[in-house]
Order: sequence, then C-alpha cells, then structure tokens
Amino acid sequence: MVDLSRKFDVLVIGGGNAALCAAIAARRAGASVLVLEGAPKFYRGGNTRHTRNMRCAHDAATDILTGPYTEQEFFDDLLRITGGQTDEELAKFMIRESKDILDWIVEQGVRWQPSLGGTLSLGRTNSFFLGGGRAMLNALYLTAEKLGVEILYDAEVTDLVVEDGMFLAARLKQPVNGASEIRASALVAAAGGFEANIEWLKEYWGEAADNFLIRGTPYNRGSILKILLAKGVQEVGDPTQCHAVAIDARAPKFDGGIITRHDSVVFGIVVNKHAQRFYDEGEDIWPKRYAIWGRLVAAQPDQIAYIVFDASVRHSFMPTLFPPIEGATIAELAGKLTLDAAALEKTIAEFNAAVRPGTFDHTILDDCRTEGLTPPKTHWARKIETAPYYAYPVRPGITFTYLGTRVNRESRMLMKDGKPSANMFAAGEIMAGNVLGKGYAAGIGMTIGSVFGRVAGREAARNAKN
Amino acid sequence: MHGTRILDEADRLMTVCNSCRYCEGLCAVFPAMEMRRSFSDGDLNYFANLCHSCGACYTDCQFSPPHEFNVNVPQTLAIARADSYAAYAWPRAFAGIFARNGLVISLISAFSVAAFIFGFAAWHDSKILFGIHTGPGAFYKLMPHNAMAALFGAVFSYAVVALIMGVRAFWRDIGEPIGMKADAASLWQAIRDAGELRYLDGGGVGCFNEDDRPTDRRKLYHHFTFYGFLLCFASTSVATLYHYLLAREAPYAWWDAPVVLGSLGGIGLLVGPIGLLAEKWKRDPVLVDQARMGMDTAFVAMLFLTSLTGMALLLLRETSAMGPLLALHLGVVFALFLTMPYGKFVHGIYRFVALVRYARERRMMGHGAASE
Repeated sequence: MVDLSRKFDVLVIGGGNAALCAAIAARRAGASVLVLEGAPKFYRGGNTRHTRNMRCAHDAATDILTGPYTEQEFFDDLLRITGGQTDEELAKFMIRESKDILDWIVEQGVRWQPSLGGTLSLGRTNSFFLGGGRAMLNALYLTAEKLGVEILYDAEVTDLVVEDGMFLAARLKQPVNGASEIRASALVAAAGGFEANIEWLKEYWGEAADNFLIRGTPYNRGSILKILLAKGVQEVGDPTQCHAVAIDARAPKFDGGIITRHDSVVFGIVVNKHAQRFYDEGEDIWPKRYAIWGRLVAAQPDQIAYIVFDASVRHSFMPTLFPPIEGATIAELAGKLTLDAAALEKTIAEFNAAVRPGTFDHTILDDCRTEGLTPPKTHWARKIETAPYYAYPVRPGITFTYLGTRVNRESRMLMKDGKPSANMFAAGEIMAGNVLGKGYAAGIGMTIGSVFGRVAGREAARNAKN
Repeated sequence: MHGTRILDEADRLMTVCNSCRYCEGLCAVFPAMEMRRSFSDGDLNYFANLCHSCGACYTDCQFSPPHEFNVNVPQTLAIARADSYAAYAWPRAFAGIFARNGLVISLISAFSVAAFIFGFAAWHDSKILFGIHTGPGAFYKLMPHNAMAALFGAVFSYAVVALIMGVRAFWRDIGEPIGMKADAASLWQAIRDAGELRYLDGGGVGCFNEDDRPTDRRKLYHHFTFYGFLLCFASTSVATLYHYLLAREAPYAWWDAPVVLGSLGGIGLLVGPIGLLAEKWKRDPVLVDQARMGMDTAFVAMLFLTSLTGMALLLLRETSAMGPLLALHLGVVFALFLTMPYGKFVHGIYRFVALVRYARERRMMGHGAASE
C-alpha cells in the first residue's frame, strides 16, 4: 500500500508515454516517484494507447528503419508541417535528443518491430512499437513498477497548491488510503490535452462540438492544463485548434482509436448532407489530405459528410471496421444515407461530366482531374459509374489539442512573467504546442512525449535533491 | 454469416483487427489475416489453428474488454479451434467425444486398464501374473509378443488413419485442393516453427497467463512434454527394430538405447505435464476456452500417466509388481493411442498443418521465408 503521508521527491500527474518516461527517468536518477493516473487501469495512458510509432532522427539505417533520417530533414519536416509555428531552439533540442531515445526506450522494455503491413509507408522515418501503443505502455509500466515507482489509478487531481510558481501539493478528488493531499518536491505535469472535454471544445467550436467524436478515452479532459494556466503558467499554442481527421460516423463517441479512420477520400467524392461537394478531394497526398478532412467536415452542416465511391475502387484501400453503405443505384444509396436522391445524382453526374482522361496513380499527384467544376478535384478524379455504389458517413474525429504550457529546455514550465517555475515541469501533449504549433506528422506526439518526459523526469529529480 | 456463432464472432474480430493491424508483429495469425479482406469458415478455422494462445494480442489490444469493441482474439480462436477438432473428426460419428472429452477418455482408460488386468488374469494363473520374471522375453510371459504387437499395431494404425482423415478434412476446409502438396521449404519452415514453438512467445517477450505480465512458462513445459513424447516414441521404435532386426527381446538393460531414451522421455513426460497443468490452472479465464479445459486436462493427464506407469514398470520390473504394472502401463498406452484422434493430441497436428500453409502463403505472397 502506498504511503501517501510522506513527501515524494517527484509527483507525476498523467499516465501516458510522457508520464512514464518522466517517472522512470526520475526514479533512475534516485528520486522517489508517485504517478497519479486519472483513468482506470484499463484506460491508462491517454492517447498513447492508440499510438503505434515514434519519429526519431537517425544517421543510418537500422534493423527496423530502412534508411537515415537526419536531424536537418526532421527539422525541415517540422517547419513544413507547422508552417514555422515552432520554437526553433526547443525543436532542434528535441530532434537531437530523439536520436538517443531510439535506444533508451528499448532499455525501458519497449520493443520495436520492422514496419510490415500496409497501413503507412513510414519505414524510414518512424519506428513501430511491437504490438502497438498499449504494448509500449505495458512495457513502460512494468519497468516503472520494477524500479519502485508508485502508481495509483482512478486518481483524479482536482487542484494544485502552487505558490509563486512553486508546486506544493496536489489534491485528489477521492481520498486514497485516507489521504487527499499529496506533497512532493517537484511536479511533472504530463496529463495531456482537453480533446475529450466537450464543454471546453464548445468554447471555440460552439454547438458543433456536440457532433464531434473523440478518438481517445473520455479521460483526456485537460483539467491539469486548466489548473496550471489558472495558477499563472504561461500558455502556448492556439487554444482554438485541435487535430481532427474524418472518422466513421458510426464510431463510438469516445476511444474508437485508429480503426475508425477513413483514407478513401481520394478514391471518390465527398458530399455534405445536401449532397453537395465542398472541397477538392484530390488536393494533396497523405498526410495532408488525412489531417484536413476533420476540420472540413466540422465546418459542414450537422458536421456530417459522406465519402461516395463506386465498385471499381471498393478494394483499393485498407479494409475498414464498418462496411460501406451500399446501393445498387445512386438513388438507392442516397435513400440509405437519407440524402436527396436527385441532388446526389446531379452532383455525381456533374462530377463525371467534368472528369478528364488521365493515368491514375494514387501514390503521386497524377493527371486525373476535373475541368470546369467547382470545387475541382485536381488529382485522382475518375468517374463514379460502376454499380454498386458505396458511401462512408464521416464526422470530425478529434485526436488532440494544441493549447499547452510553455516550457524551456529543461522541460521546466515558464510563468506568465517569463520566469521559470521553481519546481514544475511538463511533458507530452500538455506542452506539445511549444514544438508543434499546428499540423501533425506521424509519430511526433510520441517523440515529444518520450524526449520531454525523460528530460522532465531527470530535471525534476535533480530539482528535488537540491 | 458463418456456420457457427463463434465463427461469426471470429469474423467480427478479424474485421476489427484487419482495420488496425497493430499486432501484426506478434505472431502468424495477423499476417495471415492481412492477406485477406474477407474471411470464409475455412479461413477462420485456419487462423484458429495457427493461434498458439500466447495471449499477447489480448494484453496489447486497446480494444479488449471492457472496451465496447470487446476484442478477445485468444479466447474466440480457442473456442473455434476446439470446435474445428470435432468438425474434422473421423469417423464423423465420434465428433461428440470432443464435447465430453475428459469423461470419455477417463472411461476408455479405466476400461482398457481393466481389460489388460482381466486379460492377463484370465490367460494365466495368478502365479504368473504375480510372479517374478527377469531376462529377455520376461514381458512376453504375460502377453505373447506377437499378440502385443498385433494389438498395438492395430490401435496405432487406426489412430494414424483417423488423424490422416482429420488432416484431409482440415486441409480441404481451409481451401487447399486435395493432392496439393506443400513444398519442401514450407515444410521445413513449419518444422522449425513448430519445433521451437516460435509463436508461443508473446511476440518475443513471453506468454501471458494470469495477468499482463509475461511470466508464463508453458513454452518450457511444452518442450519437456513434446520432446519427452518424441523420446518415448523413439524408444519404442528402437525396441521394435531390436526385436525384429537383431532378435533382441525386451526388457533391456538400463544402459541400452530403448531404456535410456525412454527414461529421458519419461522424465520429460513427468515434468512437462505437471508444469503445463500448473500453468493452465493459473491462466486468466478470459483468455481460454473454459468449456474445453477437460479436453486439455485429459490429454495432459494421459501423457503423465503413460510416463508414470512406464517409469514404475522400469523401476519395479524385477519384482512381483511387474505383471500388474505391465497391465496398467499397456492399458494406459492403449487408451492413449485409441483416444489420440479424439482429444487434445490433434492440436499439434492441425497447428503444424496450419504452419505449413502459412509458410506456403508467405512464399506465394512474395514475403520469402517467414523468418525474414
């Protein structure tokens, strides 16, 4: 039984990749460590349980990586996806540290696998967890437990006692072993963003947020982030933005994870509830097209859209969790989707009439395009004319939020006046906005988590001893 | 819709898994799944027999219970696997034995032991049954060698025929044309994969048993059991050759090949089954086909009893207990052979065939050897 009356050297709030890396690093540095995970044991780990890989720089091919991915190339990618919205010094520091993480994370029990299957072609840049993100988490938890890190589940923190930027104690919603206040010499906040907090999302998205589906657990409510910002920690990142992809509208409200996504947009057209197209389905290749559709659908009436395609491309993409809705005719399909049949027939007829001949190749920006259509489909445009016809209903699936706490290279939080906090550190999604101001690149969330988790744990342990 | 509800469930799970694929590095089941977009009954039975029940995909799955997607691949495939054994049984009339396997095997064993004891007693007066017999041919004072050879040859042949017919049904069910032989490379790959229990390792970290810690030692105990069984089989084979080619009759001296092989195998068959049963009782019920625990237990117990009675016979063969012990041992071995096609023994056969098929598929799909 954990003795909560004692003062811990390091208190880690959160239970995902960043939190566990921090806990392990702090423990290995000799600190006593308590981890408070707000979720039940099965749902531990926040978004980490749905991840699969991590993006780390490396100078040469390895057993699991097909080629080099230099620090410069990584940084260039980061600049491109964020449009420059990144703290250059922190970003370069993270990328340099990421090289070492490839081995360090294995020392913590995590296992890599070669990129095998047909999901993503990231064999050169990204390392894949054998068994996925939950397997990675399980390994980190086992290691943390073996090292003597104390871990509590269902341990929701409702308040933090902070004086002049100095953390003193955390208050628990439900007392554990009679204790409701936990003291520690240093705090690592690694409790994620607020993507599962619909009320908070509504502040920026209005009632539309009611129609959002949340890809992770309902426990990613951002309560620690909110408390920290209220206690004078400087914020970073656009509070109104979140990473959203188009996922199947039949997915559960929470925790549908990776398997509800759709990447079939390029093979057909996307229409809203009025059976009207609203964006160029052939604008760009993965990952851009993948990441924009959540926000595009969020802007449509009732936050719903339909990816419509025909039998000729039925097997051109990954098998999906939910089967496509099928109609022998376009009118029948429209009926099943409760769309106006005449409107859908007209949209498809106009699209088909605008398609110009070309050579289809979904791996490049090919020359199959429409002419005289608004909006156009600039690549991969082929006629939808082979029955039966299919559709996937899609809604915005919210993955993570960008708002966070500003940190320095020690992963130490900065207060609103610019001064570093005496003993508060942050790692993972809660501070991702420092590096990732917008956009996304596969596996970068895990890089941020592991790199800054390890730094935060190490620095928090050092801080606690001084 | 599939033939059974459990195959419907297996289909649902494979559809979930095929849109995720995070587990593809753990074992052969998921790469085999990825080669398909939809699943026939035969495909699902193939996956079920390819699964080694290591439990890793359950522990690693973000959608396992209590998640609403309720993904439990090990248990679902375990039930489908046991169902498939019954479906392939030959003759079909005996398929029902799988449902009450523990009871049937206990009864058959008890009956055959009793038959040998009664037989010995009926053939001879009690002086011979409880007499002390030593030297070459001692066993055959109780039962003539030719009678013993004919009886066991018959039951062994029956088991082999029944198993071949089962494999034929399995091969046909999983969609391989009859007469289609596996290439040597695929066979060799499967022999290696089966020999080292490559997929009974949780994807490299070890199997999962009572919780999410890979502390399970079934692989070790299975090695004891399997290689113990092979050594015992080798012992019997060598003894047969001795008898017919060299005219050397059992019992043999302790240093002779049949006794050495049999003793080493016997130790394996004592340690292995005890370990397997101990590990089995620790397993999280959520991972296993609880209704079929009797089948697993019955087969493991039969192997253990075979070894126990054999070892007792070896140690006490120069005493008056030899006669009853010989009857006991022969009774158990007879029952073991007779029930082989109708119990857990078949798991090894079907799993091996599934591994051959997997190795072949990998080659055909251009993945090269599965070990790459």
